[in-house]
Amino acid sequence: MSVFDAKTPDGPLAEKWTNHKNKINLVNPANKRLIDVIIVGTGLAGGSAAATLAELGYNVKAFCFQDSPRRAHSIAAQGGINAAKNYQGDGDSTYRLFYDTVKGGDYRSREENVYRLAEVSTNIIDQCVAQGVPFAREYGGLLDNRSFGGVLVSRTFYAKGQTGQQLLLGAYAAMNRQIARGKIKMYTRHEMLDVVIVDGKARGIIARNLVTGEIERHSAHAVVLGTGGYGNAFYLSTYAMGSNVTAAWKAHKRGAYFANPCYTQIHPTCIPVSGDHQSKLTLMSESLRNDGRIWVPKHKEDVQAIREGRLKPTQIPEENRDYYLERRYPAFGNLVPRDVASRAAKERCDAGYGVNQTGEAVYLDFAAAIERYGKEQAHVKGLDENNKELVQQLGKEVVSNKYGNLFQMYEKIVDQNPYETPMMIYPAVHYTMGGLWCDYNLMTTVPGLYAIGEANFSDHGANRLGASALMQGLADGYFVLPYTIGDYLADDIRTGPISTESPEFEAAEKNVRDQIDRLINSNGNKSVDHFHKRLGKIMWNKCGMSRNAEDLASAITEIRELREEFWKDVKVPGTATEYNEELAKAGRVADFLELGELFAKDALERNESCGGHFREEYQTPEGEALRDKKYQYVSAWEYVGDPSKAKHHKEQLEYHNIEVKERSYK
Amino acid sequence: MSGILNSTIGRKFAMALSAFFLMIFLIIHVSINFTSVFSKDLFNELSHFMGTNPLIQGLMQPILVIGVIFHFVMGFILEFQNKKARNIKYASNKAGANSTWISRNMLFSGIVILAFLGLHFYDFWVHEMTVKYIDGDMSGLVDPANADSGFRYYEELREKFVSPARVGIYALAFVFLALHLLHGFNSSFQSIGQNNKYTKALKSVSKVYSIGIPALFIFIAIYHHFTH
Amino acid sequence: MNLTLKIWRQKNAQDAGKIVDYSLTGVSPDMSFLEMLDVLNQQLIDKGEEPIAFDHDCREGICGTCSLYINGRAHGPDTKITACQLHMRSFKDGDTIYIEPWRAKAFPVIKDLIVDRTSFDRIQQAGGFISVNTSGNTQDANAIPIKKENADKAFDAATCIGCGACVASCKNSSAMLFVSAKVSQFALLPQGQVEATDRVLNMVKQMDEEGFGNCTNTGACEVECPKGISLENIARMNREYLKASLKA
Repeated sequence: MSVFDAKTPDGPLAEKWTNHKNKINLVNPANKRLIDVIIVGTGLAGGSAAATLAELGYNVKAFCFQDSPRRAHSIAAQGGINAAKNYQGDGDSTYRLFYDTVKGGDYRSREENVYRLAEVSTNIIDQCVAQGVPFAREYGGLLDNRSFGGVLVSRTFYAKGQTGQQLLLGAYAAMNRQIARGKIKMYTRHEMLDVVIVDGKARGIIARNLVTGEIERHSAHAVVLGTGGYGNAFYLSTYAMGSNVTAAWKAHKRGAYFANPCYTQIHPTCIPVSGDHQSKLTLMSESLRNDGRIWVPKHKEDVQAIREGRLKPTQIPEENRDYYLERRYPAFGNLVPRDVASRAAKERCDAGYGVNQTGEAVYLDFAAAIERYGKEQAHVKGLDENNKELVQQLGKEVVSNKYGNLFQMYEKIVDQNPYETPMMIYPAVHYTMGGLWCDYNLMTTVPGLYAIGEANFSDHGANRLGASALMQGLADGYFVLPYTIGDYLADDIRTGPISTESPEFEAAEKNVRDQIDRLINSNGNKSVDHFHKRLGKIMWNKCGMSRNAEDLASAITEIRELREEFWKDVKVPGTATEYNEELAKAGRVADFLELGELFAKDALERNESCGGHFREEYQTPEGEALRDKKYQYVSAWEYVGDPSKAKHHKEQLEYHNIEVKERSYK
Repeated sequence: MSGILNSTIGRKFAMALSAFFLMIFLIIHVSINFTSVFSKDLFNELSHFMGTNPLIQGLMQPILVIGVIFHFVMGFILEFQNKKARNIKYASNKAGANSTWISRNMLFSGIVILAFLGLHFYDFWVHEMTVKYIDGDMSGLVDPANADSGFRYYEELREKFVSPARVGIYALAFVFLALHLLHGFNSSFQSIGQNNKYTKALKSVSKVYSIGIPALFIFIAIYHHFTH
Repeated sequence: MNLTLKIWRQKNAQDAGKIVDYSLTGVSPDMSFLEMLDVLNQQLIDKGEEPIAFDHDCREGICGTCSLYINGRAHGPDTKITACQLHMRSFKDGDTIYIEPWRAKAFPVIKDLIVDRTSFDRIQQAGGFISVNTSGNTQDANAIPIKKENADKAFDAATCIGCGACVASCKNSSAMLFVSAKVSQFALLPQGQVEATDRVLNMVKQMDEEGFGNCTNTGACEVECPKGISLENIARMNREYLKASLKA
């Protein structure tokens, strides 16, 4: 692969995208009919891209492993979507959103991509409202906003705690319109297992029909991966059970560079693990940090008493509580970025102040918010502000209106009422900033193979700000890819249909069949989950919230050994020609076992702390991340036969429009 | 508009319309019947008017008959389709946890009411039709030959409620009508698209109507039975 | 705690299928219902048997994938949650639990507890959208103010997760709640008005063609809906449909 050019356009930052769009090739409407595009994944990025490309006239084939495109995990995003609309008049602008995102990403993202993201963010809101997405509104009928971590303005649009759902259903509806028109052919319960490269270009995929087990060949002039992140390498995460790296990993093995695999977001507000049976973790939206205060007891005796059930958190007086985020970061307080909040929680718990049995939980307390809102309401309604009971009741009503569904979810899972007692939270794996490397056009190092949304690496650097994932997914799918892909496809108007009978398809199919045969015929005695859980433990303990060289080196060895054991000892029941979830899982875990190694290798190579990547050896005396100018680059890994041999490429990051300084939220 | 009966919502709408018609009919019916409790003459007058007025007999009566038949036939068709929509039954099904017995068994209460209607038709309607349109006696008199013999309706009514068994069947049938109405009243409003801020109030009206109307019918029957 | 499980097993769409009994010991009350099934599956795999196939994905009650009829009720005994949010503390030691797939002709079984709900997708394809192209120059999002009350109601309708519990619990296997949620969402928003007539007619037509039953207003769907979608939406759809029929 010689292609390693980010292809960022020239000119002033604010004009780059416009200039670029003006210069790139277009495909005329009549010719679009002759071009097929495969899109894998139907979340916010894949779904919006599929709909838009179909609107433009391309023949789209969309694939998802779920039973309906509406179930992609974008649906679980809760808090909101950022856009530089400045409806609140609080000084927001495209530049400020760009600035916040680059700073939030700890100066490890590509400047041009982020600026473009901020630029199209406003279009997304317009588009979604036109589609009938029911965003929250104020009494005057205009759109409401709230504030999220790491920023000083209110630019987050939301639909209660279900923003991702509403946006995804919007994209799903747009897809449905094109499916009805016959412009999208939808393949549900299909999993992509390889990408087919013909003459150096991505020309199709091999997919398995998950219901019948059939292996299918699908060709196209370009392949787009909107397949999400790989956080499930940690086994426990807020990802859906089916979320996986397989599509991206197979693309990597076919020549697409994998960028910054170690950049993982560990979200601070998740429900703590309850036991060994746990299969997944549940997020409590970051929006809760607008009103909730995070604390642990100041004194170890109180911690002990709480763990033994002798003391209730509500009985601890104010002066004996340590609101550690407010203490350490007075300017941003509870609204520091996610990586900072997560590490701070880990620091307190490691110091022995964790408030549950496992010692891995901190409090998120709404008592102050309930009282504040209650008094406000009493005042507005002309009632007695000193009537405690009334204030409590009014306050709870306000909190319920804002976060009702989240509180209900918490109560169902933990069996405690968060209106009466503080929530317990702990960080959990939530998002991966790393992903397939792509250029300004979102094309990977394989010509004709694109990566969009969480599956690529480009916009969030080493840490993503809250409410930016939805923004990026939709920006890529609605407003970026549909333009940039035309530049590439303009050369394909005379190509005609791609045959699936070529030796390349033959070889790729054989490759897929071989792996399936190997899994089905491996007469081991341990289940797929057994290996997945063990991988998760290694990842969490050694590649988690804080990392060091020694742990990372041993993680590499352990993952390698585990991988060898997996192929010897895994047991996959059933056959390959039927619905077989274990077989599907086995293939995914096999890829996680390879990715995990590259992940650790990448983390070991990066001798600095930045964003979600925290190396214990590189921190300030106060325990903050210590960045190193030397590592101001994107690590893009080239596959050469084995994760351990992956070849390291660097894309230097340059900031011409923003001053790189120490990221401070104090 | 054409083919509206081919759609599920259209059929439900038609079902609701026929139900509204029947519910209005019930009010008229019970009002006239109730006059028999306090005024024999008024009851006779009204019965004669209803029985001989050409508009009522020629227009309203056929509509009523069609309405009743339509309501039943459509009810059966809907039920048949609904059964078909679930080809395999649940081994364990706790329908009682999410809906009332009445709402799930409208067919059953409907069949009981239908059976009663058969009896009722035999008792009153067939008799009336025979006297009026086969025998040709439109006078409504006890003795058509004697203009002073008075109207026959009240006496005939009293006659029917002599038998305790008949009163029992009559009462039971109206209990089922009450059950049918308890779901059907609100259901009809829902079917024509009325579910709003008035729905709560409407539910109270529904209870009064659904229990009140059948109760009055039963009261009339028992009253005549014991005062005979 | 110890449980007796009676679970529907069916090899594929063609197989007749039957209820099979399993006993499971050492279940923790803190487990979610699906984690309990994970434990059972782990044991089946260890014994060399085929695990029970069931649909699940997000396990936080929003994707709408899980679809279990537990002890005679859609998503189990608790209300306003999906099966994945159900916890074993809702059961007690010694309980017998029936686990069945959604039952409706329009939801044929694929395997064990997994059903095919693509009929829902086809209904949405028939009109569950607003025809607006992605252009980047759509009018400003705040150009049309929308009454908060209507926006909130539209949102409430739009929270449908398409799980199919409404169909599963309806004695008629009617899909009215599902369809009405989408029709209502758009009927309540100014953006949805232009295509309102065609939308409701086409979606209802598709719903009928898929073989769902007729609504008899029992209200079971509203009670079992994990998102609490209101029957008001069905009434609204009835209204919209009648209006549209008169216009068409």
